[in-house]
Amino acid sequence: MNNLFVYLEIEDGIVADVSLELLTKGRSLANQLGCKVEAIAAGINLEKVGEQIFPYGVDVLHVFDDERLAPYTTLPHTSILVKLFKEEQPQICLLGATIIGRDLGPRVSSSLGSGLTADCTSLEIGNHENKKEGKVYENLLYQIRPAFGGNIVANIVNPDHRPQMATVREGVMKKEIFDPFYKGETIKYDVNDYVNDKDLIVKIIDRHIEKSKVNIKNSPIIVSGGYGVGSKENFDLLYKLADLLGAEVGASRAAVDAGFAEHERQIGQTGVTVRPKVYIACGISGQIQHIAGMQESSIIISINNDPSAPINSIADYVITGEVENVIPKMIKYYKKNSK
Amino acid sequence: MAFNIIVLAKQVPDTRNVGKDAMKADGTVNRAALPAIFNPEDLNALEQALEVKDRFPGTKITILTMGPGRAADILREGLFRGADDGVLLTDRAFAGADTLATSYALSMAIRKIEKFDLIFSGRQAIDGDTAQVGPQVAEKLGIPQITYAESIENIEEKSIRIKRRLDNGVEIVECPLPVLITVNGSARSCRPRNAKLLLKYKHAKTVTERQVQNLDYIDIYDSRPFLNLTEWSVADVEADPVQCGLSGSPTKVKKTENVVFQTKESKHISDSDFEIEELIKELLENHTIG
Repeated sequence: MNNLFVYLEIEDGIVADVSLELLTKGRSLANQLGCKVEAIAAGINLEKVGEQIFPYGVDVLHVFDDERLAPYTTLPHTSILVKLFKEEQPQICLLGATIIGRDLGPRVSSSLGSGLTADCTSLEIGNHENKKEGKVYENLLYQIRPAFGGNIVANIVNPDHRPQMATVREGVMKKEIFDPFYKGETIKYDVNDYVNDKDLIVKIIDRHIEKSKVNIKNSPIIVSGGYGVGSKENFDLLYKLADLLGAEVGASRAAVDAGFAEHERQIGQTGVTVRPKVYIACGISGQIQHIAGMQESSIIISINNDPSAPINSIADYVITGEVENVIPKMIKYYKKNSK
Repeated sequence: MAFNIIVLAKQVPDTRNVGKDAMKADGTVNRAALPAIFNPEDLNALEQALEVKDRFPGTKITILTMGPGRAADILREGLFRGADDGVLLTDRAFAGADTLATSYALSMAIRKIEKFDLIFSGRQAIDGDTAQVGPQVAEKLGIPQITYAESIENIEEKSIRIKRRLDNGVEIVECPLPVLITVNGSARSCRPRNAKLLLKYKHAKTVTERQVQNLDYIDIYDSRPFLNLTEWSVADVEADPVQCGLSGSPTKVKKTENVVFQTKESKHISDSDFEIEELIKELLENHTIG
């Protein structure tokens, strides 16, 4: 009872990275709280889930194996979590801030009347004092996230409602084996006790997964553009430099909103989190929502006409100038010196 | 065939164009410096509703928003683009609501509207980016939800087929009505204001707006009932005040902070040919690039 639960996302029997990252974080929070880590697997082909997740320090795996649960639809998965949480009374529930987690989390939280914080960038344990009522809450989950378009960081707590629910994007937390020989217990459930026919009214007619052509997450070098790049045509310069360096092109939210780059290139709190060897930020002012998604890059080069752009303070190299002047020069001198 | 549609919309500060005066010295947000706009993805949602109305004349679209008095602006904006009616849910008791308390209030207003086949909302609002209110409203109403919708593939009297945009692909789902659909920014953009509708609804106002502004053409609100925007309080929608606003919010903001970066010693370079060539040489030499 009162343990920490992680909802696992599983495709073709493989547990998603985001879920393993949450288990890693969950294990360290649970150690602080002195509680167990439990995981929920709902879907099909779940035989190999246990061996994938136990090394991350999972104590209990709850298995709901039924063909009606895959591919994911909202209602049956909601019913499983709601009933299981009423039985198990978890203190914390973590989900990936993915298309599934952001569909499921709010529905479950509404049904249970518990608080949910989306897209957390940090999770910690700490105390909270309600000065008005003179009440101190011990060991709450601090759910820390940028808010207001990333211009402030808010620390959010759920003092009175359980579970304390939070979603976290893929790549925000680190994935780390806790103990390769760790063994947990597996509990199998009869799905009929949790799901009824009314949960099955939404039918998936067709589904084609297209693997994304853009792979910024694993690219060692990223050339990234912001609103300051000015136009879609100027973005072509970024592609030219990226081609030369064997890099991928990324973009800030403002650049994506302005139509300069596709959505899947967006880096930041509401996009992808990256940790490349080199990050070249072109015309990016550096709102926290963007910085949150790239600050762990090893080397940051900022090209900006504003010498006081916030991103410059975290950059290793600051080039003050117009993007459309600087990038052609970088291309020219790279070609000249790289041979 | 015609449908009753509710579009959930939110007036938001335009956080995408935050200038230097957007933050006060104490690290709090200076809301006055940010323009208030129609949440972008809620416009995508409105367009989906308008397309249903194009195909099925007689369809009625009601825009529902919760916010302070000035949020009536987005009701008018919706009417200018083709919505039929606007409802403003406003009350001091709603202040400080998190997503759950907001969903509760909206669901009570929807129950009062009573007749609906479809509810559209944007995927998320740009001031919070939570994407929670849509699914939570659906749960409170006990109806299914379809999130990340991009287009309507087919609609019949009792069911709808929707294309959803996933991270790396698409999914077509079919669902009976009524249903709540949250619309992605990748869906078609909203049509612009219609000049005729702009003239028709220019003076559409809530009761409070009419009282405050002391209008000399007050008679027109009796002769033209479509100019009366509906305004509801906690009591009007028979909501439990304890479940609204701050008291109805399980999440509490413990602290907010202005963002402080871990600053680094940076090397400063001008845009001269010489300095850029030196930088490229340095990066090549230490194998950062190349």
